[in-house]
Amino acid sequence: MFSFGGGSSLTSVVPDATPAPAAPPGTGTGANAQVLYVFNRGGVCLLYREWHRPLRTLDPTQDQKLMFGLLFSLRSFTAKIDPTTAEKGNLGVPLLPGQGCSFYSFKTNTYKLNFLESPSGIKLILITHPRTGDQRDTLKHIYNLYVEYVVKNPLYAPGTPINRCELFNKHLDQYVKTLI
Amino acid sequence: MASAAIYSLFIINKSGGLIYYKDYGSAGRTDTNDSLRLASLWHSMHAISQQLSPTHGCEGIDLLQAHNFDLHCFQSLTGTKFFAVCETGAQNIETLLKVIYELYTDFVLKNPFYEMEMPIRCELFDLNLAQVIQKDRVTLLGR
Repeated sequence: MFSFGGGSSLTSVVPDATPAPAAPPGTGTGANAQVLYVFNRGGVCLLYREWHRPLRTLDPTQDQKLMFGLLFSLRSFTAKIDPTTAEKGNLGVPLLPGQGCSFYSFKTNTYKLNFLESPSGIKLILITHPRTGDQRDTLKHIYNLYVEYVVKNPLYAPGTPINRCELFNKHLDQYVKTLI
Repeated sequence: MASAAIYSLFIINKSGGLIYYKDYGSAGRTDTNDSLRLASLWHSMHAISQQLSPTHGCEGIDLLQAHNFDLHCFQSLTGTKFFAVCETGAQNIETLLKVIYELYTDFVLKNPFYEMEMPIRCELFDLNLAQVIQKDRVTLLGR
């Protein structure tokens, strides 16, 4: 049996996970999910899915690297600028998941980026239109799908892109369609 | 701490350099070098967020939501950025940033001794800014 890194913390994060968890309440409010990225703690892009993306400024590899770099820097920035904590360490020092103050979303005039980082360092990024509300429950649900259909898949090698987990892709598409 | 809706205010010039920083009660001490670095970092991330936009016409981050604070950012048409770190859920910060922009145009840009892109050392700007923040603080306390 494979021993997944951080398996115990994964288990503690989702102690009552069941196959195809029910969608959280209030997600049928017309949120316009457009793009989803999933990164592991090493910065490898495990998953990139888009449902609506009219503009592509960079090629896919550059786009994913730039996105991870932005999140990494924003994470350091947020922990350093946190006004409620006196001892913050040096700017730019890599942070452990859960260490320091973290952000969960940012908004521009054209999109809203929603962010979730698991204790094992998995980063989920959901880009929606700017007027969507709090998407933290949505990201937790997607993370539950990841745990059920990717982490528990013995044929999946951790740290590699998720492109052969058919059940995960199917359930993800079904769920995102309830958001769009 | 609970009395301050705004924790700090930064003004960045169009090249990304910090030209004004005012702290209103953050915990700990942010030294000058750190505030300069944070301002430059925000400038870069603001630009990157435009590049990553899935649709046309993106003008960069205007609200960053974190667990302990919100960061509101306003960028003028000429590229000067005003951003404020405030309490989560604080209201009307966008309006406040525009008021601060008006103070900037009146007391900094019209100052014949002020050199563009340089740090702001204008006494009237400081005075009027303090009044606006104080007034806003009183208004917010009444919520």
